[in-house]
Amino acid sequence: MAFGCGERRKPPVEPVTLKILVAGGFGVGKTTLVGTVSDIRPLRTEEVLTEAGRPVDDTRGVEGKDTTTVAMDFGRIALREDLVLYLFGTPGQDRFWFLWDELATGALGAVVLADTRRLEDCFAAVDYFERRSIPFVVGVNCFEGTTRYPAETVRQALDLDVDVPVVLCDARERESAKEVVIAAVRHAGAHTADRRRSVTT
Amino acid sequence: MSGDGQGISHWFDDEAGPVVRPYAMTRGRTSHAAQHRLDLIAVVVSEPPKDDLETDPLLSPEHVDIVELCRDTPQSVAELAAELDLPVGVVRVLVGDLVDGELVHVTRPVPPAELVDENILRDVISGLRAL
Repeated sequence: MAFGCGERRKPPVEPVTLKILVAGGFGVGKTTLVGTVSDIRPLRTEEVLTEAGRPVDDTRGVEGKDTTTVAMDFGRIALREDLVLYLFGTPGQDRFWFLWDELATGALGAVVLADTRRLEDCFAAVDYFERRSIPFVVGVNCFEGTTRYPAETVRQALDLDVDVPVVLCDARERESAKEVVIAAVRHAGAHTADRRRSVTT
Repeated sequence: MSGDGQGISHWFDDEAGPVVRPYAMTRGRTSHAAQHRLDLIAVVVSEPPKDDLETDPLLSPEHVDIVELCRDTPQSVAELAAELDLPVGVVRVLVGDLVDGELVHVTRPVPPAELVDENILRDVISGLRAL
């Protein structure tokens, strides 16, 4: 090596990191989707909630219990050495909305997974992203043996804006799961392009 | 914090001392001055090694683990938490200490508003297709 003796190794590559959230009701396949697309099995990280959770986390009657552990599953996709995409499954319970805020900060966009047998489970997530103008796509996870509805029917049932993509998918199939994530990235790109245009004009 | 002392009096930060398990490693601290910079996908990069870390009395074994994990491959805060099996909050405090000690630095993820570079998005899409 041409370097001096002190230069034992080249500095590591510092990747650009991006994150996409995967939201939806309990058992809709969030962790499955994350695992299907990721390089590695989904990792689990935990947040111990303390004082910070108090204003939102109603602990009346259970004052003795002042910590809660919330698990978040996430996956990592190294697209290049210097470009890494993370997929974060949002905690399912509604009372952890404030954790969503943290997850959503700086997120490129989101995937809302829906199950047509209990579509109402994803209303909260759709509402959350709409209110915060976070670009999202709806992935309809087509479970075996369930009636398949056309994307348009799902769009109407969820009262989605016309520009929100609705993608039918199978969270267990890599190609299918990839398409959902690609749709989210593409939609996020279109969204930022629109915003830029509205700012400059 | 779940603490034995919690109900009796209000101890915060350093004063709280090592009263509970996860936050014992942070000496009871649940936040750090540098914390606002530490997104889950903020990347922690080790600085070139200076002294022998293990003999540094100010560093816990967990601090040393973080520096070593990030030496060859920079890691996100979320990955460190998963790898070390520590709550994210604890990792944030420990990384904050290491930033103060100039043993690591943190690169911020690109905020989406600044993500004007369509090339990155294009690279992400083509990267996903190639998986």
